[in-house]
Amino acid sequence: MRFPVLGPIPAMAAPDLHALANPLRFQRFATALTPWLLVLGLAFMTVGIWRGLFFAPPDYLQGETVRILYIHVPSAWFAMGGYLGMALAALAAMVWKHPLAALSVRAIAPVGALFAAICLITGSIWGRPTWGTWWVWDGRLTSMLVLFLLYLGVIALIHSHDDKARGLKMAGYLAIVGTLNLPIIKFSVEKWNTLHQPASIRLSGSSIHPDMLQPLLLSALGFLLLFAGLVLVRMRTLIAEQRLEMRAMRRAARAG
Amino acid sequence: MKLLLALIRRDLALMAGRPGEWLMPLAFFLLVALLLPFAIGPDVALLARLAPGILWVGALLASLIPVSTLFALDSADGTLDQLMVRGIAAETLAAARLVALWLGFGGPLLLAAPLAALMLGMPLPMLPPLLAGLLAGALGLSALAVIAGSVTLGARGGAGLVALLVLPLAIPMLLFGSSPTEPGALGLAAATAMMLAAVAPFAGGAALRASRG
Repeated sequence: MRFPVLGPIPAMAAPDLHALANPLRFQRFATALTPWLLVLGLAFMTVGIWRGLFFAPPDYLQGETVRILYIHVPSAWFAMGGYLGMALAALAAMVWKHPLAALSVRAIAPVGALFAAICLITGSIWGRPTWGTWWVWDGRLTSMLVLFLLYLGVIALIHSHDDKARGLKMAGYLAIVGTLNLPIIKFSVEKWNTLHQPASIRLSGSSIHPDMLQPLLLSALGFLLLFAGLVLVRMRTLIAEQRLEMRAMRRAARAG
Repeated sequence: MKLLLALIRRDLALMAGRPGEWLMPLAFFLLVALLLPFAIGPDVALLARLAPGILWVGALLASLIPVSTLFALDSADGTLDQLMVRGIAAETLAAARLVALWLGFGGPLLLAAPLAALMLGMPLPMLPPLLAGLLAGALGLSALAVIAGSVTLGARGGAGLVALLVLPLAIPMLLFGSSPTEPGALGLAAATAMMLAAVAPFAGGAALRASRG
């Protein structure tokens, strides 16, 4: 529908996101974008962590050990954000039945699981000098472990179906149910037992000194770009794999 | 509504005819309550303190048992196809199975729980809130079983996969339900179970449809 008051809309006014839904066009776009995401992501992460390790002030209570937060916090953010993104992709696949959306569930899951694992490992390393043990049944740490298990469930479900398209669908439903449940898990586990400091950065503002916040945000941007880059690499691999299988099937059909 | 009742009655009748489906989880539940004293020693005070947690873990593990046959039998003999070809919504089938499982799994569980609680020496005043929590918990666990049973329909994988899918999602109910005397915990356990029960027919229905196509 056109609104005559606005006059003719220029053809290139807004990028047409629907155009990307074409797998071939997506491939071209992803191929061009991937190296940028990976290189920029690595660069931001390096600068952020480097500034965090050598220039940011130590914490007045936790001392030098606090510096692990420049890895720990971004990986926690994007492990959670990745799960939400995966569930949104699953929802899109369910509503619009688009194969790329379903495929991105499979592309995101292992990357998100990796970020959750990094968060758990760094949290445990940090817990040793700070709390005196490698693992405590702390609410926020435990809810990250549950998130990691939810990722593993999605990955396992994808691979346990012989029919790949069906596996993606089923894993999508599971991811959507998991997302509805995730806030409850977080709330219940954090209410249950907590040693962990509360979140310092909220929508209403931050209680972190700018000297520590800046490297953290740089590193977080790096983690985000890397996350996106890794997901695109996996998307391209999965699409290529699918096309190879199709070709093998066509060849088998012709030969048979 | 009539259709739903008929489906629930059918599911319950089938369950009654296959005692393995409701007797097995029950026996499993009692076995967990029996094993733990062997594992941690017969100290009465310690067992009484651990009893609610043991019963809940037992219920959680027992709820995994019916999952593998929940839809697989109906799918294998074509009943599922027949019902869906007749125009019965997959969501209705999933909802009926959810209610039937709640009655068929939760009912025996609630009967066995006082027995297990007595064996573990749990203080009696704690029993009513624990049973109320288990009643709500059985609804939530049945909902998770319906979801897990439908998304694994036609999959390889078996019991380990089902455990990986169900147990993380059951954690909130376990937390709230196993400390039933804390203020507000029972209400939260019930709320979580009802949320799962509201979602399960839709997730299960969608997965049942996907398993055919």
